[in-house]
Amino acid sequence: MNTPILQMRGITKTFPGVKALQNVTLDVKRGEVHAICGENGAGKSTLMKVLSGVYPHSSFDGDILFENEPCTFNSISDSEKRGIVIIHQELALSPYLSIAENIFLGNELTKNGWVDWRKTNLEAAKLLARVGLSENPVTPVQHISVGKQQLVEIAKALSKEVKLLILDEPTAALNDEDSGHLLDLILHLKGQGVTSIIISHKLNEIRKVADAVTIIRDGKTIETLRLDEGQITQERIIRGMVGRDLDSLYPDRDPKIGEEVLRIEDWSVRHPQDHTRMVVTNASLNVRKGEVVGLAGLMGAGRTELAMSVFGRTYGTAVSGKVYKHGREINTSTVSDAIKHGIAYATEDRKHYGLNLIEDIKRNISMAALRKLAKGGWVDKNQETIVANSYRQSMNIKAPSVAAITGKLSGGNQQKVVLSKWMFSDPDVLILDEPTRGIDVGAKFEIYTIITKLAAEGKAVIVISSELPELLGICDRIYTLSAGHITGEVPIADASQETLMHLMTKEKE
Amino acid sequence: MSALRESLGFLASRLRQVGIFVALILIVLLFQVLTDGILLQPQNVTNLVVQNSYILILAIGMVMVIIAGHIDLSVGSIAGFIGAVSGVMIVHWGWAWWIAIPACLLVGALVGAWQGYWIAYVGIPAFIVTLAGMLIFRGLTLITLKNQQITPFPDELRALGGGFLPDISGGTSVLEWLTVILGVGGTAAILFQAIKERRVRRKFNLENEPMAWFAVKTAFIALLMLIITFLLASYRGTPIVLIVLAALVIIYSALMNNSIFGRHTYAIGGNLHAAELSGIKTKAVTFRLFVNMGVLAALAGLVFTARLNSAQPAGGTGFELDSIAAAFIGGAAVQGGIGTVAGAMIGGLIMGVLNNGMSILGLGTDYQQLIKGLVLLLAVGFDIFNKNRSGRGGGSALRTRFKLKTTPPAAAESAETAADRPVAVPASSRQESTVRNS
Repeated sequence: MNTPILQMRGITKTFPGVKALQNVTLDVKRGEVHAICGENGAGKSTLMKVLSGVYPHSSFDGDILFENEPCTFNSISDSEKRGIVIIHQELALSPYLSIAENIFLGNELTKNGWVDWRKTNLEAAKLLARVGLSENPVTPVQHISVGKQQLVEIAKALSKEVKLLILDEPTAALNDEDSGHLLDLILHLKGQGVTSIIISHKLNEIRKVADAVTIIRDGKTIETLRLDEGQITQERIIRGMVGRDLDSLYPDRDPKIGEEVLRIEDWSVRHPQDHTRMVVTNASLNVRKGEVVGLAGLMGAGRTELAMSVFGRTYGTAVSGKVYKHGREINTSTVSDAIKHGIAYATEDRKHYGLNLIEDIKRNISMAALRKLAKGGWVDKNQETIVANSYRQSMNIKAPSVAAITGKLSGGNQQKVVLSKWMFSDPDVLILDEPTRGIDVGAKFEIYTIITKLAAEGKAVIVISSELPELLGICDRIYTLSAGHITGEVPIADASQETLMHLMTKEKE
Repeated sequence: MSALRESLGFLASRLRQVGIFVALILIVLLFQVLTDGILLQPQNVTNLVVQNSYILILAIGMVMVIIAGHIDLSVGSIAGFIGAVSGVMIVHWGWAWWIAIPACLLVGALVGAWQGYWIAYVGIPAFIVTLAGMLIFRGLTLITLKNQQITPFPDELRALGGGFLPDISGGTSVLEWLTVILGVGGTAAILFQAIKERRVRRKFNLENEPMAWFAVKTAFIALLMLIITFLLASYRGTPIVLIVLAALVIIYSALMNNSIFGRHTYAIGGNLHAAELSGIKTKAVTFRLFVNMGVLAALAGLVFTARLNSAQPAGGTGFELDSIAAAFIGGAAVQGGIGTVAGAMIGGLIMGVLNNGMSILGLGTDYQQLIKGLVLLLAVGFDIFNKNRSGRGGGSALRTRFKLKTTPPAAAESAETAADRPVAVPASSRQESTVRNS
């Protein structure tokens, strides 16, 4: 139990402009369950990609010792040969193939060059028994639940004679019952000698299964806590996770908060495919004129899902609840209704949901409110150019002209185009989802200044962010979400990273 | 010297648009030589226009559908079906042409609405719906015609296919003067419009087209217009269908560039999710695009029927492929969001000149199909090649080279790589951002 199986030393991985990992150390002992904790974007998944060979050996610095031998993986298949198997949060199963076919995909059992179906199904059945799944191996994967699919993934890993199993947020997509079963299985496999690394920020799960916890923050190892030394406590984990460096500056502001503009009551949303899963449960919140309200939550807490379901039902099914604007109930069931009622939502994923990257700046800015520029269905292009130019100046969009293609702009300038688009639609309420994601520090300050200015103009602003210092820096009030529930509402005067993290990791009563 | 270099640099950045135009001219010159001058004889130029008019009409609707990210395989069958319907209405029922034509266009709109409903509101891919439509409307054509052609049509309808504007000089002049007036007037209008637009762009500091290039391009287009005018005027004048086509090109170009509907079409094709999240009613736009395609297919069917003076069971067969090829050769992007009506017209003319030139040379349809297929493959292959070289956004390989030569290496590199570089997010958070799709 006390011999190390994996040692990662001095791992440093840089992406253009960002150091994702800096000198990270990870020690995993044979036969233990080792949890990795950290906020969104701390570098957990990057570290696992380094370990499993997704990022080839030459693309990072540092050494990996597996069973005391150095590793130089260039692809996932290299690491799998050594018995390291990673299961991603998004399952990599082919829905139309059978369970048995999926288990042996890429690793088919053959006889004389032809697939040996008898053996395939027989071996699959044995593996399914090991993970405690009583399904016929010939069942197509699409016909079993997500929880069972996760078990098929583990069976697939076992078929490769796994020594080290890496699970990236394995319970993120599961309901409580399936989660419990999965955690039991991890403990069961531990009894059979399989070492596991589990990425999770659900503290109850970690307390249940983990023998050790390594905390990562801003791409650095903070510390490794060990169960046998009595170090795994909620206090200790939270203290390690928060306390990001306050590297950004925030503009001064003098909030002038007026009457309530938007109120959401008893908002519930179910997952679009898995209708048994509640993604948001009875959430209620409000935002006032001139106020910046934060929405804090860890991955999977349901922040984006809450916002998008309010904004024209663009996420989820069985959405229920009421939206009030200035005290009157409004209908926001389509995007154009939401826009008509003065709501704007700037997405966290501007490349896929925010911008038409093959079009120029002016056409992106006018996209959500083209009617304002048109008479009788015909667009006044001169007016459009004038409008776009005024935003280019006021938002300081760095581009040769408003005819520049948005796909060629930097992340910060793209974000300014997205914000311009929504400002031109003249909303009363702006929901900004991760407004500074993927943006360098200088541009971040500009975005904060814009947010501050919007509030000063009397807009109601909701900011969704994974960066607690950012929320503390610009918000007047912060709501916390955990597993789809609003777990707290904290005025800025009472808010700190620790108090917020406590609420963000709070479990349901 | 610098003006020349500037022009060349600009030319390189518009390689696709300029290239297709140059390709058309080269193909025309090639066949002019190969056919010993027959290609550009006045009568043949008139033939070229009339022969290709229905493909060009279809290509207008097709490029719009393609810009929105869809496809329509059924237009040939719809054109055939409307031809059959017009035969029944006009020849069997004796309807007047001015009732029958609007009625046929209405039937086309209904056909388009039928397909648009399945595509936009039910969500079946356009490829499947229109493949089904290709069979359905061919079947309905055969049923309507009872497998026999309907003929003859009255002269008023036939004028739509083979008629000319009246000769105001009464046939005494060498040149047909109405055509000259229209041609010169049209050329003047184009010059006026081009200069006006350039002035507006300069006013807003959007102009990146060098003066020299603008002058050469505009003068060249004007010259081309005048040559075509001269050729048409020295035969029988202006085909009526050319007037129809010119009107359609002007109206639809304006629609795609300046109307809310056109701009929403580009937005949908460029990024469907972003369009939806910007409040664009994507289903309604898609539905209307197919209704429009139905109307244009009906018009093409009428022109074709009028030209042949008969509604035939196999009428319109293969039109869909020619019009799709026209749109793609004319620069439309397979994944949507990019394309122009004018480009589709040039693409259609390239196909038309190839058809016509090879027919004059006496090449069989076997070789014609082979060569047309290769041209389509090369044109789209050229696009993909360009895109792979310079990333999404439609730059060109040549421009990359120009920039690397004329700017310091470091600056050039940062300018070029900035677009393709992944956003500087740690990979973990990028992955986390996609969780709601899981």
